[in-house]
Parts: sequence; C-alpha cells; structure tokens
Amino acid sequence: MSSFAAMEYEVVHSKSKVFYETYKRKDELKHQTHYCPGCGHGNAHKLLAKAIEELGIQNRVVLISPVGCSVFAYNYFDVGNVQAAHGRAPAVGTAVKRSHPDSIVISYQGDGDLSAIGSAEILHAANRGENMTVIFVNNAIYSMTGGQAAPTTLLGQKSLTTPFGRSAANEGYPLRVSELLATLEAPVYIERVGLGDNKQIAQAARAIKKAVENQVKGLGFSLIEVLSPCPTIWKMSAVDAQRWVREVMENTYPLGVVVDRTKEREPRVAAERAPRLEEIPAILGIKRDDEPKVPLACNERKAVDLHVRVAGFGGQGVLLLGEVLAEAGLDAGLEVSWLPSYGPEMRSGTSNCHVRVSQAPIDSPLVTVPNFLVAMNEPSLRKFDLSVKPGGWVIYNGDEFPEDCVRGDVNVLALNFTKAANELSDPRAANMVMLGVLLEISNALPQASIDAALRTLVKSAKWYELDERALARGRELFRESSRGVAV
Amino acid sequence: MRKQLMKGNEAIVKSAILAGCRAFYGYPITPASEIAEAAALYMPQTGGVFLQAESEVAAINMLYGASSAGVRCMTASSGPGISLMQEGISYMAGAELPCVIADITRGGPGLGNIASEQSDYHQVVKGGGNGNYRTIVLAPYSVQEMADLTTLAFELADRYRNPVVILADGFVGQMMEPVEFAAKAILPERPYWAVAGTEETRAKMITSLHMGADDLEGHVLSLEAKYRRAEQSEARAEHWYTEDAEVVLVGYGIVGRILKAVTAELRAKGLKVGMLRPVTLYPFPKAEFQKLAERAHSFVVVEMSNGQMIEDVRLALNGSRPVEFLSRVGGNVPSHEEVLKFVMAHAEREQVAHV
Repeated sequence: MSSFAAMEYEVVHSKSKVFYETYKRKDELKHQTHYCPGCGHGNAHKLLAKAIEELGIQNRVVLISPVGCSVFAYNYFDVGNVQAAHGRAPAVGTAVKRSHPDSIVISYQGDGDLSAIGSAEILHAANRGENMTVIFVNNAIYSMTGGQAAPTTLLGQKSLTTPFGRSAANEGYPLRVSELLATLEAPVYIERVGLGDNKQIAQAARAIKKAVENQVKGLGFSLIEVLSPCPTIWKMSAVDAQRWVREVMENTYPLGVVVDRTKEREPRVAAERAPRLEEIPAILGIKRDDEPKVPLACNERKAVDLHVRVAGFGGQGVLLLGEVLAEAGLDAGLEVSWLPSYGPEMRSGTSNCHVRVSQAPIDSPLVTVPNFLVAMNEPSLRKFDLSVKPGGWVIYNGDEFPEDCVRGDVNVLALNFTKAANELSDPRAANMVMLGVLLEISNALPQASIDAALRTLVKSAKWYELDERALARGRELFRESSRGVAV
Repeated sequence: MRKQLMKGNEAIVKSAILAGCRAFYGYPITPASEIAEAAALYMPQTGGVFLQAESEVAAINMLYGASSAGVRCMTASSGPGISLMQEGISYMAGAELPCVIADITRGGPGLGNIASEQSDYHQVVKGGGNGNYRTIVLAPYSVQEMADLTTLAFELADRYRNPVVILADGFVGQMMEPVEFAAKAILPERPYWAVAGTEETRAKMITSLHMGADDLEGHVLSLEAKYRRAEQSEARAEHWYTEDAEVVLVGYGIVGRILKAVTAELRAKGLKVGMLRPVTLYPFPKAEFQKLAERAHSFVVVEMSNGQMIEDVRLALNGSRPVEFLSRVGGNVPSHEEVLKFVMAHAEREQVAHV
C-alpha cells in the first residue's frame, strides 16, 4: 500500500508559499489552523494553495472568504483577501473581477453559505458566466454554528434542526448544486470531487487546478464541489468521516465531471480602451460654454412669472408641451422647472405636469395655483379648473366650455384644438397648437427660444416642421378669438 | 459649463461619472429606475461597469466588492430596495468601504405606493442595518443639488471610508431643472487599502469581522471617533430669512422648496418667519438649530412622513423651544396654501411680531 501511495501520489511535507508563515491566532497556536482535526478544509486549502502556486498567480489572486468555518481563510492565504457577507461571495467576487479583470477571483464557500442563503447569488454569477472560480465545500451540514441542517443535508441525516432526521416531506430533498448549475449555458466547468481518500484527493487537486486555470485563460465560470468530512459535527473519527464521504455522501452526490465546456470555449476579449478624461463630458452630452448659444433677450418690460399646469390623457403630448416651454425658458435665460405628475395617478392614463418659467429664482416647482391651465380634455379641466388663479387663463381643448365649470374670474379660450391640429395634418400636434396659444397670450418667450427648444426636443424633421406650424396656428387662433372670452 | 435642462435622476449619474464613479450595480425600482437606465447608457461608454443585479441584496454586495477593489461605485434604489440593502450597508460601514447610494424615496410601509414620501428617513439616517454605525446622508432639493451633492457624496465617502446616501424624494428625482456640472472629469487614484489582485495589494484585507471583544470594541470606538469628526465638520444647512426669524420652518428635499415659497409670502405679509433646511441629515445640523433657538420662539417642521426628522429637531432643541408639526403622507404633498394656512394660524396663536 505504501509503495503504491509513493508511486501514485506526491507526498508533501512542506507548506505552500501561498500560505502565511504564521497564522493570526491566539499566540500559542500560531502555527496551526483553527480547523478541527480531520476537517476537509485543511486539504481543500492545501489543494487550492498548490494550484495557485503551480500556476504562478499568487500576486493576482483575490480570495473571497464566506461566512462559515472558512470565514478565516484570509488568515492562511497570503493573497489579496476580501471577507463577504453570508452567501454573497459570488456577488462580491463578481464586482472585484469586473473591477480588475486581471485579478484571479476565487470564491471559497461552504454548503450553508452557497446552497441556502447564497443560492440566488451563485445561480446568477454562474448564469452570467463570471470569469471566476468557486470552491464549494459540501459537508452536508452547518458546522460553524454547531450542526444545523443545510439544503445539502442527506435524507434521514440527523442534525440540531432535524433531530428526527431530514424528511423529504418537511425539508425537501438534498440540493444537488452542481447538477443544478450545469443546466445553465454559461458555466464552463463543474466537477464534483471528494476528500474521502487519497485517490479522491488527487482528483480534487487536478480539478481545482483546472478550475483556476480556466479563469487564468479567461474561459469563464468554473465550480468545484468538494465533498468534505466534518468529523466533529458528524460525531465520527477522522477515518470514519472520510469513509462516510465515500460510502454515504457519494450516493446522493455522485463524483465526476458534471459539465466541461473547456475545449469549446473561447477566451474572453479584453475590454475596450476607456476614454480619456477630457472626452468624458462630451460622452455625457454635457454642453460646453463655447458652444453656440442663441443670444436672447426676452420681453424685458414685462415680468415673466408663469405658473403652468398642463393636463390631459397619456399620449396627448402633455409632458412634451411642458418640456418645450421649460426648455425655451432656459434658452431665453430665464429660471425654469418642469415636474411631471407623479404619484398614484401616474399609471391611470391621465398625465399632467407643472411648469414654472420666471425671472426670479424658482422657489417651489409645484404649481398648485396656476396662472395658466392647459387642459387637453374634460376630466383635466374638471380636476384643475378651480385651482386657477383669478385673472389667470384656462386654455381648453373642447368645442364648448362646460357650463358648470364657468367661474367668472378667469379668462377662457375653449376650442377644439385636436380638430385644428388635424386640419394641419395630424391630431397629435394639438399640444403644440395649445402651446402656441399660451405663448401668444403670455408673450413671455421669444420665438427663437421656442425654435431652439423644439430643435433640442423634437428629433424628427417631419415633426419639427409640423410642430412649428402647429405653434403658429395656435398663435393665430388666439388672435382670431378676439382675445378670448372672460367667463 | 452651460446650464442644461435635465431630470434629477439623470443628473446624479452624469455627476457621478464626472466624479470618477466607474461602477454601478443596481436593481430597478420606481421612482429610481432612471438612474440605473442612465448608468446603463453611460457607464460602458466611459470605461465603467454597469450590471443589473439579481436583487438589491446582490447589488449592495457587488458594491462591497467594487469598493474593496478601490473603485468609486454607486447604486440607486427606493424604500423596499433600500431595506434589502441594509445588510450590505452595515457590512460596508463595518469594513470601512466607501460607496454612494441614491435613495429616491416612495411611499411605504411594504409595497406602499410609487408616489413621493419622506418615510425612509429612519431607515436611512438612523441606520437600518445591524451594529454601531452611521451613514452620511445628503438631502438635495433641486436638480442642481442632485449634481452637486453627488460630487460631495463621493468626496465624503472616500474621506470617511463610509457609505454615503443621497436621500431624495421622487419629486427631486423626476423633475427637470437647469443644471450645471463640474467643469472637469476626475478619476481619483486607487486608495491605499484596496485589494486589486496585484503584488502591491497582496497584503491587503477587507473584513468587518473582529472576533475578540476588545478588538471589536476598539473598532467600534474608532468608527465612533470618525463619526464625531464628521459631525464637527460636515453638517450643512441652508438658511432662508432666519436672521431675525421668530418662527423657523424646517423641511428637507422637496418640502424645502415649498417652505421657501411660503416664507417669501409670509415675509411679504410682514411676518418674521424664516426657513432652515437641513442639507445633511446625518450629521444633523444641530448647532444651527441651537443658534436659531436663541432668537426664534418656535419651530414648525413639515415632512412627508409621520414625523421622522422631527425627532432630530427635538433632540437638537432639547426641549428649549416648542416644535409644531405638519405632515402629509401616502404620496400627498403639503401644498403651498396648506402650509401657509398652518403657519399663519400658528403665528397668530404665538403672536409672532411683524417686521
């Protein structure tokens, strides 16, 4: 037996350089780990350290430690270390890897951490095909917290939280994470290995190295599930625990390659060059001062202070009407604000917005007492009519102004603007016809600013031209209406 | 730079990228989704990472990873999403990792609604996660402040190695106003403590774990000392006609805008009213309140919550002055007229002097 071992297996008496020389533990124990005698983590750590050393990547490795017995992995591995919240190591690792694509990110997780609380994070990291390596140590139990059941606990297995043994009826079946993840298209390599005897350990060494090497080659997501003995919690000798891995765990969790797409995967391409800092404002669409700006002076003799409420059905262009007004105000050097209707009514098919255009800084962008109400339908008129400031204007899209809405202290222009827009070619331009009316009445903004705003907001040449005609038509309609009828 | 009309949510992203933010990990939620959408558009074009995570829990833990790697990073969410992020926020505070989190608040509890409320104050300002920690909280009230306070948020996050929350209501996120951005884009050097998968950073380690009682006590005390420093240097508030105010109106976010208008109108009526608007909610500008209390004889707090910030106002005043409260919730906003009436009735009861 011993000669066989010497031939087949490498006997290592020295500690890998990937481990720290001494461990940050209580002084008297600085050369030994915190793991129990016979625990599989010692072997799993050693195999991982060996792989890192052989691949010559120690400086590049960032190890993500989980919550569980291996929470202190960072005390042993002389690599970059990040300790993560319970189950979240794949999410943490995702961002480390994406921040530094040249780093080698290894997420080392137990079965409680990975298969229960972290089941979403591992599933999605695998599904995204994150170029990282996961070492998943499965001992079918929560060990660090004293031996509670995990999703991986075997049927019939007793634990502190399955004192009568795990039952399929109550806790469901043992979760086969490797097989589950292998149904995804992205993972490049998933293998289940064991630490049940030296032969298994040798295979585990090969698998772990390959999983790390895949990442070095840029092939994508690899996971090695390691069936690992826990003599302390299983209440067995170290020898019996190894036997239990071989003779019992393996029945539920068969060893072997679950998926291997190593040969068919192409390495990932490096990210494109990041732009220079000077290029960034332009990419963000931030306008520079030296860009041509239409020099404008609005009607200086008149104090501009528009409090506008625009309301109608969704699809009538309510928000755009408001935006054009605000954008034009800004272009004319005025203070502006635009606030969309926001709240429970947002999804009910009606829409409204608050617009302020003023010479003075705008205190509140909320228009509760408008001096202009643009009501594109009757429900909107009924909703906001009473809020209009005495002496203000109601521009209403309807053939007749409903009699019961007549107040007597506001100006009203009621016309079928949809029809007017239709006569121009498209009823959807009613919003701009109504804006034309408002602009004509208020005389607050120069036409050049309106043009500039339309150019900014209306990208289609056809619509720009139609909207310009609609605005002009609105101005005309107001002039023709004998300056409205006070009602 | 020229002023441009823009939504608050979009301004946050542009300002963040100019400030060197190169990672956005998030999960969509109304009314914060425009932030993720803008980040999805601009991050890849500027050499950054955008990733829509599987949940808010994953998103905040991705920030934990990006921040550990020394990258300026941010996320955005609202009420229920922020609740899910509390785990990661606590871990980041514990591990002293900077990040910026925009909370564009909505109505609660539970699914509540998508309208604007200010009911996330407790979970954000008081800390919704476990342990002895604080987050720095900034409360913009205009689109310009969405941009400016985002820049500040990244500075403070790095300076204090701590999560910073931009607490804005749905109105400030959704409204468009002219905004002017920082003149230049910057990209700060990677911080010395970061783990980057290089020889120089091999010895670095990020953790919030401190097993020994003395260890953890020492850590918590050092965090405390840091928060005290922040309290001394970072509290900010805007004063509006407070010099001779006898009644001080208090509100943050969109409420601050309404209070400005109300203050102007009451001043026009000759009432000695002013407004104090906390810009930082943590550190809370206590000293400003105490200074005003020397002259003012009462304070009126207006909130779109059932009374959350008012607790900090009362703590700051420590019983020295009466504090009145006007509240609207559920997505309703206290209107200008409503606040005006409330304050006038209060002023009459209190016989506030006219100018």
